[in-house]
Amino acid sequence: MINSSLKTLAQMLANKEISSVELTQTFLNRIDAYNPEINAYIALDHDRTLAQAKAADARIAAGSATPLTGIPIAQKDIFCAQGWKTTCGSKMLENFIAPYDAHVITQFDNAGAVNLGKTNMDEFAMGSSNETSYFGGVKNPWDFSRVPGGSSGGSAAAVAARLCAAATGTDTGGSIRQPASLCGFTGLKPTYGVVSRYGMIAFASSLDQAGPMAKSAEDCALMMNVMAGFDERDSTSLNRDKEDYTRELYNSNPNKPLQGLRVGLPKEFFAEGLDAGVAKVIEDAIAEYKKLGAEIVEISLPNTSLSIPVYYVLAPAEASSNLSRYDGVRYGHRASEYTDLMDMYCKSRAEGFGAEVKRRILIGTYVLSAGYYDAYYLKAQQIRRLIAQDFEEAFKKCDVIMGPAAPSTAFKAGEKVDDPVAMYLQDIYTISTNLAGLPGMSVPAGFATSADGKPLPVGLQIIGNYFDEARMLNVAHQYQQVTDWHAQAPTLDKPEGTA
Amino acid sequence: MEWEVVIGLETHTQLRTNTKIFSGASTTYGAEPNTQACEVSIALPGVLPVLNKEAVNCAIKFGLAVNAEIAPRSVFARKNYFYPDLPKGYQISQYELPIVGKGAMTIQVPAVGKNAAYEKVINITRAHLEEDAGKSVHGAVEGMSGIDLNRAGTPLLEIVTEPDMRSAAEAAAYAKKLHELVQWIGICDGNMQEGSFRCDVNVSVRPKGTEKLGTRREIKNLNSFKFMQQAIEYETRWQIETLEDGGTIQQATVLFNPDTGETRAMRSKEEANDYRYFPDPDLLPLAITEADKARVSAQMPELPEAMKLRFETQFGLTSYDAASLTASRELAQYFVEMIDAGADAKPAANWVMGAISAKLNAEEKTLAESPVNSVSLASLLKRIADNTISNNAAKQVFEAMWNGEGEVDAIIDAKGLKQVSDTGAIEAIIDEVLAANAAMVEEFKAGKEKAFNALVGQAMKASKGKANPAQVNDLLKKKLGA
Amino acid sequence: MALSTEDIKKIAHLARIEVSDSDAAATLSKLTGILGLIEQMQAVNTDGIVPMSHSQDVVQRLRDDVVTKTNQREAFQKISPAIGNGSEARAVDGGLYLVPKVIE
Repeated sequence: MINSSLKTLAQMLANKEISSVELTQTFLNRIDAYNPEINAYIALDHDRTLAQAKAADARIAAGSATPLTGIPIAQKDIFCAQGWKTTCGSKMLENFIAPYDAHVITQFDNAGAVNLGKTNMDEFAMGSSNETSYFGGVKNPWDFSRVPGGSSGGSAAAVAARLCAAATGTDTGGSIRQPASLCGFTGLKPTYGVVSRYGMIAFASSLDQAGPMAKSAEDCALMMNVMAGFDERDSTSLNRDKEDYTRELYNSNPNKPLQGLRVGLPKEFFAEGLDAGVAKVIEDAIAEYKKLGAEIVEISLPNTSLSIPVYYVLAPAEASSNLSRYDGVRYGHRASEYTDLMDMYCKSRAEGFGAEVKRRILIGTYVLSAGYYDAYYLKAQQIRRLIAQDFEEAFKKCDVIMGPAAPSTAFKAGEKVDDPVAMYLQDIYTISTNLAGLPGMSVPAGFATSADGKPLPVGLQIIGNYFDEARMLNVAHQYQQVTDWHAQAPTLDKPEGTA
Repeated sequence: MEWEVVIGLETHTQLRTNTKIFSGASTTYGAEPNTQACEVSIALPGVLPVLNKEAVNCAIKFGLAVNAEIAPRSVFARKNYFYPDLPKGYQISQYELPIVGKGAMTIQVPAVGKNAAYEKVINITRAHLEEDAGKSVHGAVEGMSGIDLNRAGTPLLEIVTEPDMRSAAEAAAYAKKLHELVQWIGICDGNMQEGSFRCDVNVSVRPKGTEKLGTRREIKNLNSFKFMQQAIEYETRWQIETLEDGGTIQQATVLFNPDTGETRAMRSKEEANDYRYFPDPDLLPLAITEADKARVSAQMPELPEAMKLRFETQFGLTSYDAASLTASRELAQYFVEMIDAGADAKPAANWVMGAISAKLNAEEKTLAESPVNSVSLASLLKRIADNTISNNAAKQVFEAMWNGEGEVDAIIDAKGLKQVSDTGAIEAIIDEVLAANAAMVEEFKAGKEKAFNALVGQAMKASKGKANPAQVNDLLKKKLGA
Repeated sequence: MALSTEDIKKIAHLARIEVSDSDAAATLSKLTGILGLIEQMQAVNTDGIVPMSHSQDVVQRLRDDVVTKTNQREAFQKISPAIGNGSEARAVDGGLYLVPKVIE
């Protein structure tokens, strides 16, 4: 049951083979058993969760269920959920109980989904290993000595370890796709503006986008049906017709379902810096796509290497301003000892933020400061356009772009903590899509063996043109019809709970 | 050396909207602390701004009123600084691309001493939309300040002029004119006590005849025209004296103390401000089309300049009178209502600027509080025009109306002020007067012109002042064969 | 441009983050590495390229001027921090948020 698809679970609920309370309790039992070790969840409230499950059962009984009614979902702790502690992985918000709901939370509530708890994450979503969380790191379910990736590391581990039916994440520079790659499941970052950011704690406003993290493309499509949609409270939310993201999944040519699909392979994604084991997995996946009827086109995204410098100007600049509201005045951490207002500000913020967050605030403050704006911020925005134009050119030649989601498999905890630059390079293949605002996915494509002999998951990245999520989901779905990488789950070495 | 003062103004006008610029929280003044501070106003994590359409309309109205360029595309930027009344740690404002560009306003500078009144054009550099900050309240708790965020997020239009003013009087005339204009077009309630209209004044001095601007000091937050004039006069003297004593002026922000009549520099900041402006990624570019402008324009009242010209051509008023009547929308409205009620333009103008203004000034009342409304005053003027009462009697009637003694005709009757215009009755009186004053008649006939006036006086006296003086004159001339 | 620990302290002050001398030195070495990465941008000719703030070419949507928010002071002030300096009381009084005295 824990491995069942959302569609199957919905059928079981509809057929009364299981109740939402039972299903939810199954996951809660697994969480109680494994979470103390994995640390995927940082806020749990069984009573509240089960009350939602009970309400879902009533709704199912009343015949007004939606496809996600009664399904237990893990929520990244970046989404404000009324009455839930919402920390964003930071000491700054350690005691912050959100007094309102994020749009994404409201959407799941309206669908009748069950909130299993809030998942661990890099502090304010700044990190690629979940090691910047104030609440401690998260273990990769495939190898507890390794990181799950970040920043949505808790959601990633929860999906991989089957501690939820599906989860939400957010992706500013790769925070859904890189952990999806490192933990071996399917994750989608939609086109910027498709999912409302209202109530999602801001890191870099022009890049942040929420998306689903789930066991398959089909599950992601069902999640998208709930998460996506116009919200007038977010000025950057796009006012488009409601879409059914599953619409392309079930009507393909059975023999060559992807006949005629042009897959672009950017040569820059296969250059120096890519782990050989990862490269091999991606090549095999591409070969599989050819069998499905896809046509391979070589393309170039010449400014790929610039995406990291551009990102590390723009994201910290926006973050430095977004995080100014944490001043110890109205909510959040206030220093316990201070002399005057200035001292209160400086101490509260020094104590409340972790090292990586402070570093990024400092970079952001510096690049925006008088005399440097043009050389850094403006320049970065200009190169951002060049990066977006690269994609525009590429999509004249192909329908989707494929490559690795991350340059390597999961690395050891502690391995890159002291080397921010090495950590930042984890996002080399993902950042450019955020800068362009394009949708991107990571799809399990196989395993590469680590130096110490562990098979570790590898994700294939699929990048689509603006608003092409439904097509991308089908491209992933067809691959998942002929492979079973996505269905593989780690064997956890602890005995299961009562379920 | 002769010095010249150079003055520019930055005015923060609170826009008259129901809700805040970026949220649906009420902007009503005077609510209990933080009861109008919604999740956006207090900057909870995750909240986002959405722009208020009415605030944009207000800015367009102002742009149209000063003939300014209205940007087809303007951009909101973040001005970053820490202050407890600024909950996000940045103010959303407009920086490089404001909604309103260059425009101009004509001001009337009143006569002072032997200097005659004159008009002058003041150039508007720009006007941009931004959000107001909250308020710090002192003294609630020992050693602490209290923060009220009800005002945080109230829409402001900051209107910036070129350094075009050359005296405190010009600055005050501009500020008054602007104050009237923003109320005229309905974008600001103009309440200076409540901080709806706040001026920052940049003052510098330079030797007369030179081009280079001196170092300026900014007088912050002036909320009365009187204080503005006093502050500028003091500041100008201070700068000139400082320079004449061999000193230099340091750029500074100063505050005016109305009790001492002096300006003083604020405690110098430990660091130069570095606001780190950048485009707000939570907001998209604001687009204003020609159609938007046309739609807003259609909602606008006739502007004071246009109305002034119309008063001159349509009613033959002098430029001065027309300007005076269009000094405020209330006054102009009052005048127009009198015309609509049948009053003649010139006497109506004279009465509004004369009797009404004098009374309002003496009693420190606004036009809205006037006990005599436009229609009543028009009916009084009609009684003068149709010879029912004399001008002198009209003054008595007006006084009685002001004191609430009733409507025009009732007062005329009650006081017996009706003028006698019946020729027969006046002739009878004149006959009596001529008979009783034979000596005067002789004097007149002997060539003494003065005797005629004396006879008129006698006739008026005999009629108890009610005879129509013009008729008395005519009939007397006829009788005397003059 | 090479930064000094003095620069770090200046920037940190602007960002209202207290840094000790040893913090500043440690931060300096990390920031220098990151700024080195960022410097790669300077090799690109961006003359005439319009800066990109948003990925979609859309304009600001406007909200009707209608009051939609109600008073939630109690809920919002329940999460206010403790005053500090020995006081565990919430930093609110009579509906006002309390901060150390603001001096002009």
